Amino acid sequence: MRGLLATLLIVLAGMAAAVEPDEILDDPLLEARAREISRDIRCVVCQNEPIDSSNAGVARDLRLLIRERLLAGDSDDAVRQYLVDRYGDYVLFKPPFKPATYALWLAPFGLLALGGVAAGMALRRRGGRGGAEALSAEDEARVAELVARYDGDANRKDI
Amino acid sequence: MQRILVLLPILVVLILGGFFVWGLNPDRDPNAIPSALISKPVPAFDLAPIDGVDVPGLASGDLAGGEPVLVNVFASWCVPCRAEHKVLTRLATQEGFPLFGINYKDKPEDAKAWLEELGNPYLRIGSDESGRAGLDWGISGVPESFLVDATGTVVWRYVGPIATEQAQDDLRQALAAARERAGT
Repeated sequence: MRGLLATLLIVLAGMAAAVEPDEILDDPLLEARAREISRDIRCVVCQNEPIDSSNAGVARDLRLLIRERLLAGDSDDAVRQYLVDRYGDYVLFKPPFKPATYALWLAPFGLLALGGVAAGMALRRRGGRGGAEALSAEDEARVAELVARYDGDANRKDI
Repeated sequence: MQRILVLLPILVVLILGGFFVWGLNPDRDPNAIPSALISKPVPAFDLAPIDGVDVPGLASGDLAGGEPVLVNVFASWCVPCRAEHKVLTRLATQEGFPLFGINYKDKPEDAKAWLEELGNPYLRIGSDESGRAGLDWGISGVPESFLVDATGTVVWRYVGPIATEQAQDDLRQALAAARERAGT
């Protein structure tokens, strides 16, 4: 049972990444960085899959390219920039914060603020209507009479 | 204030409607990948000729030759390239532009046989066996074509075979624009 589970886990782990044995770097630190970067790079063939788990030929080439740049001493950001220079921001799953993407990043906050203002206005208007005027003496008397009558009815039922 | 609130639903409908008009437009290809290369100089690369094919190789320096050229990325193993080949051959003669090729991830003997079978319309072909130059051009597959203007700037890109009327018209338009700019 335990062996079966272990086998299953190993097979599943293999499915999660498409990295082939011959791509893996000898240095585990560099390899870890390469995996980290490639998880955030979009495969340009299968579009919604990161190159880390894509079996497309171009994805493999890009994985090898990332490792080559890392071996050449590039920082993680330099490697990402290298890819962006060739494929555009499109290859990044997380778009950078810059003038062209302000709307993308800031729109949710703008909408929240808009909703907040609308809600605030609605609440204020309702509050203003609620605290109208006090009851007149006549109305007070009528309310007292109704309450008394109701209490009387309730007592009668109890008996 | 009340009057502005009355207009609000109309505004919402207009915004949503505009979004639908854009989103449901049959001419829009949601899978189209924006190219990072447009309006940029061609990437630096230097490719040797294919063994046994008697046209020279291709390097970045060959692409700023004073007139617009079409760079076509092709491979013998690519079926749509076969469909595109005839169209490109005809267009290159008809429109009179130099056609350069990048032979992507291909074995030299296969490429040679393919060109012998279908004819060779390319003035220069760079052999990109490793696919590295393809990455520098930012391609996602073959075939792919780039129009490079007289100064060596990429001005137009087409992903997939240039076979449909629409694609050919697009190319003619981009070519005319590039020529006009080169002329002035």
